[in-house]
Amino acid sequence: MQIIDRRLNGKNKSAVNRQRFIRRYREQIRQAVSRTISERSISDIDSGEKINIPRRDIQEPSFHHGQGGVRETILPGNREFVSGDKLRRPEGGQGSGQGGQASDQGEGEDDFVFQLSREEFLEFFFDDLALPDMVKTQLAKVTENRRVRAGYTHQGIPTNINVIRSMQGALARRIAIGGPHRRKLNEAREQLAAVQADLSLSEEKREERIAALEAEIKHLEARLRAIPFIDDYDLRYNNRIEIPKPTARAVMFCIMDVSGSMDEQRKEIAKRFFILLYLFLTRHYEHIELVFIRHHTSATEVDEETFFHSRETGGTIVSSALKLMLEIVRERYDDSSWNIYAAQASDGDNWTDDSPLCGKLMTDEIMPLVQYFAYVEITPSEHQSLWHQYAQVGAIHGHFAQQSIAGVEDIYPVFRKLFKKEAA
Amino acid sequence: MSGDYLSEGSEWTFELIELYNREIGLIAEEYRLDTYPRQIEIISAEQMMDAYATVGMPIGYHHWSFGKKFLQVEQSYRRGQMGLAYEIVINSNPCIAYLMEENSMTMQALVIAHAAYGHNSFFKGNYLFRAWTNADAIIDYLLFARHFISDCEERYGEEAVEKVLDSCHTLMNFGVDRYRHPPQLSARKERARQQEREAYMQTQINDLWRTIPRKPTEAVPPERANYPAEPQENILYFIEKNAPLLRPWEREIVRIVRKIAQYFYPQRQTQVMNEGWATFWHYTLLNTLYDRNKVTDGFMLEFLHSHSSVIYQPPFDHRYYSGINPYTLGYAMMTDLRRICEEPTDEDRRWFPDIAGSDWLETLDYAMRNFRDESFISQFLSPRMIRELKLFSVLDDDRKNRLEVTAIHDEDGYRHIRKTLSDHYNLSHNEPNIQVVHVDIEGDRSLTLRHHQSKRRPLHRSADEVLKHVSRLWGFDVYMETVDETGKIVKTRECKVDS
Repeated sequence: MQIIDRRLNGKNKSAVNRQRFIRRYREQIRQAVSRTISERSISDIDSGEKINIPRRDIQEPSFHHGQGGVRETILPGNREFVSGDKLRRPEGGQGSGQGGQASDQGEGEDDFVFQLSREEFLEFFFDDLALPDMVKTQLAKVTENRRVRAGYTHQGIPTNINVIRSMQGALARRIAIGGPHRRKLNEAREQLAAVQADLSLSEEKREERIAALEAEIKHLEARLRAIPFIDDYDLRYNNRIEIPKPTARAVMFCIMDVSGSMDEQRKEIAKRFFILLYLFLTRHYEHIELVFIRHHTSATEVDEETFFHSRETGGTIVSSALKLMLEIVRERYDDSSWNIYAAQASDGDNWTDDSPLCGKLMTDEIMPLVQYFAYVEITPSEHQSLWHQYAQVGAIHGHFAQQSIAGVEDIYPVFRKLFKKEAA
Repeated sequence: MSGDYLSEGSEWTFELIELYNREIGLIAEEYRLDTYPRQIEIISAEQMMDAYATVGMPIGYHHWSFGKKFLQVEQSYRRGQMGLAYEIVINSNPCIAYLMEENSMTMQALVIAHAAYGHNSFFKGNYLFRAWTNADAIIDYLLFARHFISDCEERYGEEAVEKVLDSCHTLMNFGVDRYRHPPQLSARKERARQQEREAYMQTQINDLWRTIPRKPTEAVPPERANYPAEPQENILYFIEKNAPLLRPWEREIVRIVRKIAQYFYPQRQTQVMNEGWATFWHYTLLNTLYDRNKVTDGFMLEFLHSHSSVIYQPPFDHRYYSGINPYTLGYAMMTDLRRICEEPTDEDRRWFPDIAGSDWLETLDYAMRNFRDESFISQFLSPRMIRELKLFSVLDDDRKNRLEVTAIHDEDGYRHIRKTLSDHYNLSHNEPNIQVVHVDIEGDRSLTLRHHQSKRRPLHRSADEVLKHVSRLWGFDVYMETVDETGKIVKTRECKVDS
């Protein structure tokens, strides 16, 4: 008999099969990811996800019996039945298992659930958004670390040996360890010279002394030679440590029009727009805060849940939101220590008299504060006054972007400039 | 009482595993268990999941369905719904048993006794395994299959290969010979002869479909004999040998899937016996160890805890009920057999005159060697067992509003229950009876399958889906007729080739 330790063999034997499964059910998984995005909070988007696919979609067909006909089943654990008893048929047709195998192959309508890794999840998320590949890799990358020099260490790999430092160390060590011996050696040599010159001693005694001293000198020389030229102990390695690149903090304002005309579908598109900016920011900032501002005729700061899921009616005054944003910035996010980003989604409606005010607010007050301001108008119809006002803002400030979008694939162009800067 | 314990703690080491294996082996020898040499492999939990996903094939080809299985296993393991099985054992020579590194010494000993001695001796002794599988060659064959399929993927593209595999998998249960003895697998010969077979098969098939130009004056040709002459139940085999348009490599893949299905066929027919036998022996072997003061009380308590959860049978109305637990049924029957031999009652003498009072080792060995689940149950399920498990049978007729209890554990019911339960484990009774009955050689080359319906049990609706796969392999239209017990056609299905 043999015992074999296989633990060190690869453990991902199934990785290929798993990949193939995911490729095959791409469409179903994509839909599942879509569903998840709408259920998930923005800052949560960046981790792996449990995916549910209806089990019937991935059933492997085979010839087997369906329900119906006559069948007789043996069941264990009888308590009160006697033969001839008539029973009501349990819900769901044939309630009992067939043989021992009914458990895992049952035709339950429950979902097939499995876990996608973060990378896989993002890949599906990006799929919809028509992102250029380069941007995808940027976003999917885990926080980047920068390697910086940090002195020298005793341990490391051969390629990192610092020769000068090591030799310096070796030299110092040789001097330090050899010092006492060398001193004794010098003494012995001097004595030897003295003894040789000293004619007062008898021949015999002199010979004896000389022999003794020569022996000592020989011994000391051997000791000195035995000091290694370079020792493990001398080796110095260049030390590098990793420090995470993003060091600053940022705040992201999500501004959305929640007047009656923004329906669920538009909000879904808006959500992806916000998520994309959020993902971008996570690459650059260690700490990100989200502020949600919704508005109709007046603006309020709300939590994410309310932001996406409650609905208001009434007119629209955009400037109210901009004013609120300015207020919050002044109160909580001093622009010298915070990087401020803003994303605004709207269907383009605004009270006409309000638009010039918005333009003024943007140009004079907001744009100097923020790093980037992205505006999307989710509308199939003609642009209204707000759009034209914003166009002027864009003409003055380079870090303003606006885009009119009909579907999720149109979102990316808004950020094109932002990502281009990153790629450079 | 100071015993001569093999170990005290719960940690295992390689030395301890060897020691336990030796001790268990000695006892197994006393009980005359005949096994293949053992190969014990230590693996991690992740590797166990991999092994699970490939349905116990130690070397598998790539296919998405194994990925699906893997995700399933992984998910339920994460949720903690499933303790990873402590045993996977491969019917090979040497017999490979996996031990998971996370397990305690007790569990390792349990698995060694269960898999490396229990299952192992079953694989070596049971007539189905002896006749239908070749333990010496399976690893080589799987390796051959894996290489062949990945070569095909390189040459013809993953997608093309996947399509063929998909189609073959749907027919896997209809790719086994139930009655004929298959030629033995031998990987080396397989490889050597594969080329030859390719060329030869192609000429045969071309011959079959050759159309001989006839003189126009000739009268109506004499009616050709039906082809195939006899109905064929091994659909994959029939396709492999006769499908006109399959390319040689596709034919080889059909063959591979068929061979693997055949390899697993005995396991599907002996689940109850196999698990029962292994469970009976781990219980007996470890108890003997305990009797000889080789293991501590703590060891026994841990062992008994997992043993009793393995053989737990929830009653039919329990929320965890999912059919009869093959471990429970098998273990109980094996134990009962021993009891009948050692302490027979009058009832046992009436029911089992041949074995009551006989030598239990011999009787158990005989039962293990010469039966499968179906025959084992119909032969050895005793009235006492029926009473202990409180078995009863329920008749479900979809034309009636109510289910009927047809038999319970009483004198009138024993035989009926035994017969019905035995039928449960009869694969040819449980799976629909489908055969190839006709190929239209002279006409449109369509293939006709016949489903013999029994007790009005219909095919599951996914049958239409399966027909598409049959037609993909066959290359021409496929028809399927369902006939009832009187031979009347009650339903037809068809799948036309598009182009």
